[in-house]
Amino acid sequence: MNDLADGYVTADGRQIGPVVMEMKNITLRFGGVEAIKDISFDIRQGEIRAIIGPNGAGKSSMLNVISGFYVPQDGEVWYQGSRRAPMKPYEVAQQGIARTFQNIALFEGMSVLDNVMTGRLTNMKIGMFWQSIWKGKAEREETENREVAEKIIDFLEIQAIRKTPVSRLSYGLKKRVELARALAAEPSILLLDEPMAGMNVEEKEDMSRFILDVNDEFGTTIALIEHDMGVVMDLSDRVVVMDYGKKIGDGTPHEVRNNQDVIDAYLGVAHD
Amino acid sequence: MPEQLAFALEVTANGLMAGVLYALVALGFVLIYKASGIFNYAQGVMALFAALTLAGIIDGQVPFSHLINAVFGTDVHYFGWNAPAFLAILLTMVVMIGLAYAVQRLVFRHLVGQEPIILFMATIGLAYFLEGVGDLMWGSDIKSIDVGLPQGINTWIDDTTFNSLGYGFFIDNLDIVASIIAALLVIILVMFAQYTKQGRAMRAVADDHQAALSVGVSLNFIWILVWSLAGFVALVAGIMWGTKSGVQFSLSLIALKALPVLMLGGFTSIPGAIVGGLIIGVGEKLFEFLIGAPFLGGATENWFAYMLALIFLVFRPQGLFGEKIIERV
Repeated sequence: MNDLADGYVTADGRQIGPVVMEMKNITLRFGGVEAIKDISFDIRQGEIRAIIGPNGAGKSSMLNVISGFYVPQDGEVWYQGSRRAPMKPYEVAQQGIARTFQNIALFEGMSVLDNVMTGRLTNMKIGMFWQSIWKGKAEREETENREVAEKIIDFLEIQAIRKTPVSRLSYGLKKRVELARALAAEPSILLLDEPMAGMNVEEKEDMSRFILDVNDEFGTTIALIEHDMGVVMDLSDRVVVMDYGKKIGDGTPHEVRNNQDVIDAYLGVAHD
Repeated sequence: MPEQLAFALEVTANGLMAGVLYALVALGFVLIYKASGIFNYAQGVMALFAALTLAGIIDGQVPFSHLINAVFGTDVHYFGWNAPAFLAILLTMVVMIGLAYAVQRLVFRHLVGQEPIILFMATIGLAYFLEGVGDLMWGSDIKSIDVGLPQGINTWIDDTTFNSLGYGFFIDNLDIVASIIAALLVIILVMFAQYTKQGRAMRAVADDHQAALSVGVSLNFIWILVWSLAGFVALVAGIMWGTKSGVQFSLSLIALKALPVLMLGGFTSIPGAIVGGLIIGVGEKLFEFLIGAPFLGGATENWFAYMLALIFLVFRPQGLFGEKIIERV
């Protein structure tokens, strides 16, 4: 499947486009520890791409490399057809890559609506001068962006808590608000760091539905990290499996599930 | 109306106006503290520096003239023109923005992620440095600022209160103008933080650095922005105090009065800074009037604010509006 240059059609009939992001031979070290060892994979337009692996496999490090929080010692990141120079996380965000965090990084003191509106910051272009005057151009821009934010709030079914300060919300709702904030940027790639971590079954089902709906409705390319195998297999189009910083599998959920290395990594096997 | 009560009212009005100015200085602290966790000890010196620069520009002084004369053997002191007040204020603001940029670029960029105490020490260093640079640039003699603010007793209030209460209130025009400008400034700052894109980014940085980065906010830009805003607030405070009592070193000490204000209002709350400023302003004037002068021999204004702050520290350490400190086990 990887050799199909312009994409492929999934089992449920969605058209997947060409490669938007490609990681080439990424190696990341912290001192003497190699968190990621020479890993390559790609993400295609419109697909849901999962990175899975046991704890400590280097999944989050990989996501941090994509979003610019870590800079790899070796390897290249290709994005939308050109090689990406090492850049700061905020520059990556400005390029249209939005993310959520495993431990939820919301602005606790602000309302849900304000949090979602911060997601629109990269889409608001009007300078500080007009912003300070606020009338005219700036006001129009604010209104337009507000409409997008409201649309996303409706879509994720959090209208009822629009004005609530985030610090008062439950864990599951916070995760959803964080998704809303990332989505508000209308990203070309959406990175989700363990979107289901710490949730109960019902919340997991809700979150899975939202992820599928987002992909379906907006055509958003999604890369997600998860260690719950069951959830990942249902959600994703293609899966990268990592273990001890190495890539041990890459393919459709079906292929990965039958991969002997993957089975060993998850069930444990005596190394010889 | 008994004369005592009328007098108390007058004292309260004066206290409120002094309080607005305290609030203004405290606001400069809150802006920087919220966005970067730095307690900026240099805020008062920034006000002094801004006032010195403004006075120097208005008088057409040559900056660093002593240094230039000493090195090149020249004898230049003045350009020979007087800048109009409005232009001078604009130029001073440009200097303050340059200062904000330099401070962020040369000092705090290298201290990201350090302990708060180290950041605090850096601002103490900054305070002394800035004081020295101010002297070197503009000389150390006492200057006066006149940007056209009205001064002297407000005769309308004096007449009206005399006719209705039988006792004329003495209220300085400068105090009235100062409190109106300060109140406007506070409203503008709150609106800016609440309703604009940059304001939202500012609050985002204040709340969570990582999350702010992930939505495309440059921390550096925001820090330069808040230092510039604090510079602007310092400039306004410098103009008010400079007009009132001349531009001299003691101007930088007004910042110390902002400390009890912050302890009352909480270090992280803009409304807290305002209410705290008003309470301290009215409190110290009324205390002096009711208790200090008759029973304690006067001069209680010097320590009343600190005593009030101490009481607050014991019973409500987070201040009136500060974020509550909850420790989870």
